[in-house]
Amino acid sequence: MTAPAAPATTLPGTLRLGVARSRLELRTYFRERDAVVFIFAYPVIMLAIFSTVFGQDGATVGPSPGIPFAQYFLPGMVATGVMLSSFQSLAISIAVERDEGGLKRLRGTPLPATSYFAGKVGQVLVSSLVQTALLLLVAAVLFSVPMPSTADAWGTFAWVFLLGTASGSVLGVAFSSVPRSGRSASAVVTPVVLVLQFISGVFFVFNDLPSWMQAVASVFPLKWMAQGMRSVFLPPAAEAFEVSGSWQHGATAAVLVAWLAVGLVVGTRTFRWTRRDDG
Amino acid sequence: MNGTEPAIVVRDLRKRYGVKQAVDGLDLTVDAGEIVAVLGPNGAGKTTTIEILEGYRRRDDGHVRVLGADPQTAGRAWRSRVGIVLQSANDLAEATVAELVRHFAQYYPDPRDADEVIDAVGLREKARTRVRQLSGGQRRRLDVALGIVGRPELLFLDEPTTGFDPEARRAFWDLVRGLRTDGTTILLTTHYLEEAEALADRVVVVRDGRVVAEGAPAELGGRAARQAVVRWSVDGTRHEERTETPTAVVTRLAATAGGEVAGLEVVRPTLEDVYLELIGGAHADDMVEIAG
Repeated sequence: MTAPAAPATTLPGTLRLGVARSRLELRTYFRERDAVVFIFAYPVIMLAIFSTVFGQDGATVGPSPGIPFAQYFLPGMVATGVMLSSFQSLAISIAVERDEGGLKRLRGTPLPATSYFAGKVGQVLVSSLVQTALLLLVAAVLFSVPMPSTADAWGTFAWVFLLGTASGSVLGVAFSSVPRSGRSASAVVTPVVLVLQFISGVFFVFNDLPSWMQAVASVFPLKWMAQGMRSVFLPPAAEAFEVSGSWQHGATAAVLVAWLAVGLVVGTRTFRWTRRDDG
Repeated sequence: MNGTEPAIVVRDLRKRYGVKQAVDGLDLTVDAGEIVAVLGPNGAGKTTTIEILEGYRRRDDGHVRVLGADPQTAGRAWRSRVGIVLQSANDLAEATVAELVRHFAQYYPDPRDADEVIDAVGLREKARTRVRQLSGGQRRRLDVALGIVGRPELLFLDEPTTGFDPEARRAFWDLVRGLRTDGTTILLTTHYLEEAEALADRVVVVRDGRVVAEGAPAELGGRAARQAVVRWSVDGTRHEERTETPTAVVTRLAATAGGEVAGLEVVRPTLEDVYLELIGGAHADDMVEIAG
């Protein structure tokens, strides 16, 4: 038995290939106009509808003077946007790639799996950033929502955003194995996201939900991302309206990190390069 | 590259799916620089075998060495020496041809020039076209481009010309011959007998997960299968004779008839006839009829 001959030149670096993957992923992502419009416009449209409907006649949330509805809903929409661009986008796109044979093709090349996932992370990070910036711009300009002015608030925004994106991404990779085909991916993934939005205080004031629903939502990351974002975009006095009477930053970080770990473990164990019916 | 060691060695390969023994004691050797075509009916175990060699599937039993390594455990360095063109893929819709060939070239330590590869597969005109807008044959040529851009020592082509028009197929054959000139070893599966005949140094016929025949396209099936068939008529009755020496038979017939031999035909079985006989077995007599 002989060892395989050494390659003439060294293999390209994993990080360099991750960057190359990111660029290709982003380029093709932004060309899929319908998906991009949906993922980008959805939180903006929802923000507009909900703040207009609930905010009629200058209605506000909470005790006088209250918080305008646009401001109250913005954090939930930011959280939703992050979930759409990470979890939903990856769960669907990887399921489709697997079904179409794209993953199998990559498996046949010397591209390291790490570079493939790094490419996805890069794509998700950039698209979530662009999307969140767009949402904040619309909220500030069209709905006059005040933006946070302290470095502290932006610091909180940064870690909630990053942890939310990271856990959403790994969970999206893990969930991509659930749909049986690329065609069913949307139909399987979207309801999960929708239900989470309804129970996690994205569309309704979280305090108004029945306590059992609050308890269910507390298991999942979206509720915590929304709560973390409320601590960024709502005035300090709003902390008292929270169910627990606190922003619970520690618990938020703990839940998001826990989901990140669960996603990593499940994702690496269940990930397949080929369809279920293929080998 | 190691010139003396075969590119592929397979001994007694076995793979079972549930109750179906897909590969059942298959042996195969492909020498470096050789083009070998694997033929066989659907379900014969061709794709399972190829995908075991490519490292996609695990074998149940048997010995497999591809470029000196076990594909089941081989790493990136091994993958960089192997090119794979899978049977069908429908991915990558939004990227352009040039973007993809350039992108995939980055995966390899010593890639071919992307533009040369695009030219070689005849997609220069389509370099800036998105994959979504390519025809089936153009997509397939892109698959080939992505399979060869890494300058593989060993190339797997799984039914590469399905859906090609005759002109595109001939252009593709020229491309494969060019790769052979560069020293690439190629293992090819195909449904087209004339493709195997045009390209392969050696043809391997697989049936029920086993090799039932192998040899140069012109020698496949052995001398008996290649015997000429002479047919003629006497008083309206057809006669036929299988022979190694058709000229002698015709000379004898001519002497007997004392002039023109009625309804004279001399037919040599094509590769297709031989192949159908090999995979059909029981229908050997029918095959001779079809040969006429």
